[in-house]
Amino acid sequence: MNWGSWSNFFAMGGRGFYVWGAYLITLICIVAELGLLARHKRTLRQRLTQMLRLNKQS
Amino acid sequence: MAINLFKFSSPATFYPVAGKLIPAFYGLAAILTVIGLYLSFFVAPTDATQGEVYRIIFIHVPAAWMSMFIYLMMAAWAGLGLILNTRLSSMMAQALAPTGAMFTFVALITGAFWGKPAWGTWWDWDARMTSELILLFLYIGYMSLTAAIDDVRRADKAGAILALVGAVNVPIIYFSVKWWNTLHQGASVSLIRAPSMAKTMLLGMLIMALAAWMYTIAVALSRARLIMLEREKNSAWVQDVLEKKS
Repeated sequence: MNWGSWSNFFAMGGRGFYVWGAYLITLICIVAELGLLARHKRTLRQRLTQMLRLNKQS
Repeated sequence: MAINLFKFSSPATFYPVAGKLIPAFYGLAAILTVIGLYLSFFVAPTDATQGEVYRIIFIHVPAAWMSMFIYLMMAAWAGLGLILNTRLSSMMAQALAPTGAMFTFVALITGAFWGKPAWGTWWDWDARMTSELILLFLYIGYMSLTAAIDDVRRADKAGAILALVGAVNVPIIYFSVKWWNTLHQGASVSLIRAPSMAKTMLLGMLIMALAAWMYTIAVALSRARLIMLEREKNSAWVQDVLEKKS
């Protein structure tokens, strides 16, 4: 597939909004999932280590 | 080489093994995505009838496939947990649900972005779209139900029943385009006949689907590890894990 120029590539035959819109939303969904997972991991570890420390003190 | 699968079904063994595998699956997902996107945008030709807008297919179809595969895997793990009472199975089921919901949402939204230019509408209560929307509600229902019940074993059981009953929706989604002659087009790829699309288009789509698989495995394993830590927080192996890290 030869697009000729970058502007042709971004235009997607006049349907750029739909094509790039779909890809952008997909990217946002994936980044959001990974972000939520990373946050979950951080908070869970904090909570569990704290619990472990408290258990040891008592 | 005989591998004792029951050994791996113990969270204490599974946790470190999964931890080692996750980066490899993320790496494969990234490499396959790059190759898949290259094929999708620079190799696959313009579609004769649809022009360039068809390129949404490279995420739409893999996402739709994943939404159904993940649901079936989730129901299978949940069912296994229900029958065999194995801890790991129910954890895997719960770990898969959010990713399945994500892919269902992506399939619906990319479908809307394709439907508008191709059919002139973002949404229609067509059989395929409606059953896919029901799939999203099933995922959300499963996650809400398991999160709402405090007792983990009861939550697993209730979730498993919901997941298994809801599994009937998956063949409905798949065959909806045959059973009801509504807006959504029929399958372009089938196991029993030659695909109705250019080879490079098909290849791009399959590689994107493979990338989605690798991503799903990586994310589901990561999530399963967190569920394990949470559920087994009072056991010795979790305390070992925490002490090593802190």
